[in-house]
Amino acid sequence: MNNKSRPQFADMAFKIILYIIVSFVVFLLCGLLGYIIIGGVPYISWHFLTSGSNYVYAGGGIGIQLFNSIYLTVITLLISLPLSFGASIWLAEYAPDNWMTGLIRTSLEVLSSLPSIVVGLFGFLLFVIKFRLGFSILAGSLTLAFFNLPLLIRSTEIAIRNISENQMHAGLALGISRWEVVKNVIVPEASAEIITGIILSTGRILGETAALIYTAGQSASLIDFSNWNPLSITSPLCPLRPAETIAVHIWKINTEGTVSDAGKISAGSAVVLLFMVLFFDLAARYSINKRKKKTDAQLSKL
Amino acid sequence: MFNRKLRLGFLVLAVLISLTGCRPLSKNSLTLAGSTAFQPIVEMAASSYNLRHKKTLVNVQGGGSGTGISQVEEGAIDIGNSDVFASEKKGIKASQLKDHQIAVTGITPIVNPKTGVRNVSQKQLIGIFTGKIKNWRYLGGKNLKIIVINRSIGSGTRNNFEKWGLAGHRSMVAQEQSSTGTVCKIVGATPGTISYIAFPYISNKIQPLSINGVKPSKQNVKTNKWKIWAYEHMYTLKKNDKNTRAFLRYMMSNNVQQKIIPKLGYIPVSSMNFKRSENGTLSNSEGGRAKVDGSHTNGS
Amino acid sequence: MMDPIQTDLKKRSAASKSEKRGQCLTFLCIGISVLIIVALIFFITYKGLLLFLQDKVSILSFLSGISWDPNNGNFGALSMLLGSMIVTILAVFLAFPFSFGTAIFISEIKFSRGRNYLRLAIEMLIGIPAVVYGFVGISVVVPLLRVTMGGTGFGLLAGAIILAMMILPTISTLCVDAFKGVPEMYRYTSRALGATQWQTLRRIVLPIAKPRIVTAILFGMSQAFGEAVAIQMVIGNATLIPTHLMSPAATLTSVITIGMGDSVRGSIENDALWSLALLLLLISLLFNLFARFAMRKRN
Repeated sequence: MNNKSRPQFADMAFKIILYIIVSFVVFLLCGLLGYIIIGGVPYISWHFLTSGSNYVYAGGGIGIQLFNSIYLTVITLLISLPLSFGASIWLAEYAPDNWMTGLIRTSLEVLSSLPSIVVGLFGFLLFVIKFRLGFSILAGSLTLAFFNLPLLIRSTEIAIRNISENQMHAGLALGISRWEVVKNVIVPEASAEIITGIILSTGRILGETAALIYTAGQSASLIDFSNWNPLSITSPLCPLRPAETIAVHIWKINTEGTVSDAGKISAGSAVVLLFMVLFFDLAARYSINKRKKKTDAQLSKL
Repeated sequence: MFNRKLRLGFLVLAVLISLTGCRPLSKNSLTLAGSTAFQPIVEMAASSYNLRHKKTLVNVQGGGSGTGISQVEEGAIDIGNSDVFASEKKGIKASQLKDHQIAVTGITPIVNPKTGVRNVSQKQLIGIFTGKIKNWRYLGGKNLKIIVINRSIGSGTRNNFEKWGLAGHRSMVAQEQSSTGTVCKIVGATPGTISYIAFPYISNKIQPLSINGVKPSKQNVKTNKWKIWAYEHMYTLKKNDKNTRAFLRYMMSNNVQQKIIPKLGYIPVSSMNFKRSENGTLSNSEGGRAKVDGSHTNGS
Repeated sequence: MMDPIQTDLKKRSAASKSEKRGQCLTFLCIGISVLIIVALIFFITYKGLLLFLQDKVSILSFLSGISWDPNNGNFGALSMLLGSMIVTILAVFLAFPFSFGTAIFISEIKFSRGRNYLRLAIEMLIGIPAVVYGFVGISVVVPLLRVTMGGTGFGLLAGAIILAMMILPTISTLCVDAFKGVPEMYRYTSRALGATQWQTLRRIVLPIAKPRIVTAILFGMSQAFGEAVAIQMVIGNATLIPTHLMSPAATLTSVITIGMGDSVRGSIENDALWSLALLLLLISLLFNLFARFAMRKRN
């Protein structure tokens, strides 16, 4: 073998290994997703998605849980997004390079490895008992927001840092403040990656069980979908009502439930969760692309 | 645009926090938490209670017996559900609590159906769970290693199984599972496994064991022939309010005792022939019967 | 009297005002976040130390003891500590090659169709609740291991496989981000100089992306270390010192998750569980410091 072809040979080997690895991952992904989807799709029906659950007889649905999952996710994001945005901008742009910043980063990373049940019990003792929120959506959302902060801050910071320094220099040279550049140039530029981070954490919120059992509770109380006054306890919007999410429901009927079709309900619910994440993902990407096209069009006009 | 979002977020946060001042929950609501095994009964009773008493909202949560009892002791909830006596839990001042026994559940050892064993003596059962008997062959079954699956330390089912089934012997260190559902799945799928569950979870995928020739049936529990059974308790503070008492009365009414509890596979406390104290002394259960007779008017 | 131009110049500009405002706002955010974290850490430390300070259990016997039986006053956490460590390291070893390969494929091999689908599928995986992973473990992985390796199937290896599946999306998504952080220009330059894709990757992209890849591994590791619900379904939860890959073991998280609900707050059993949580916190801190140290040394 001559000298020239050696790098090419290595390149070839690299690509072959890569394709083997990726095809294994694809096989695994298809297997896992297929296992869940094929196992669950037959049980999904309009009735399943809209009717109330039943812990005793077969044929219960997940209507209330579906609403609770979405509502809880929205409130959690409302709480954690502004905080994590601000915090990550500070870390990416303003943080001085000293031990304090190091300490902050370390504590953020350490927090992300705590099991959710520990964070859940913290939320239980603090919000449910100390602040007297009771088992409620608000207590659950605050706890989940805590739990999600490290991941969100980290991913947003990385996204912001990935934008070339030149953008910032150009902005500063024009006499715009660092804050304005971040706000108007860097964050929109990084939005695709930021959204990826948000979707990751949305997935985590949707799939979370252990932390919610002690905070948002595990009963789907009777709610009245015609009552939209957020101060009324039977209203679906009331942040102080207990709310069982889909993930908690799956956990519950499988662990202590005596209902005969627990397997079917959990298989169907798992698929619903999967599709919800997919839907969030696609919707977010669609909106990014649309906005990108719009800005591109504006730029080309200039 | 981003700034606006940020501001909106803070605004929502502020609104949410200020909403906590309203406390719509505290008025006329009743919170129950605790034993997950007992939860289906309470939940079903609560939803039918909610239909009749629109003014009170009954809110049922799980969390485990320990959580239930300690929460009620601290006054954070109104009723704590438990499948063990409060005095069996360390760190609880049982004297401050009032015990209401609502239902009874039997607990049975279960094995994988392929094991080939249907009956053991109590001595053999103790031998299995303390690790002295290691193969099903010695008990007339197949040549299969015995795999013990325990419930977690502190679980009511395990406490009661060790107390009444193993005559107080402690089970050896083995695999532990936190929930009945998982135990059933594992025992159903793994040859050679043995574990224990409450009666309502018995299915055709697992094989319940008879002990000394006595079958695990509801009838045998009622007559105390089957010794491994436990009460489902509702604990309240000694001083409790009107709403709590009304709900407890409802739990003893015919609707719950004769309809809901048997339907879920449990035994109503009112149909037990015996009353058993914490340390095992039996007495005729007249009290329970009298209560049911008294509450006839309450039923539907 | 000052010149109007002078006063104007001495006044703070609109840009500097907005800059101050932005700085304050973001500082407020990080302040709140840090406050939350400090509260959590303080809370866990306080709860975790009760076992040693109030119940007078010696720290040494806690760390080196083999027997975990809180009802009888045995608080040895060694078996769980080992279980957690081994299963985490195994999971990362299993997951890393695959997630790394996937990340390279997604970010480096251009013009490959399907990479968007791959990415989408990986992101979908994150939304699957841990319980479902646990069921896949019980119904697929464990029987497979039982048939091929013997035993019950529940144990370290089953736990590691499930954990590896769970951290695969995390590591690969973060690795993709790491590769994206390397400016395209470097790749073009390298390719223009005649380097193959492999050479470009090895000599240019990897060294630049390395710190972030380390972070990705770290994140995967801490996720594996902190995962509780799925792992407690498949690892067997036996507080024994693991002897081989198939032996049932327990992790810190599985014991905490299983025990919390059934223990009474304020009792010694409950304090012991919080001490486990504290131990978990300290170990992830240790992981973190190690990674930082390694990265700094390289720089």
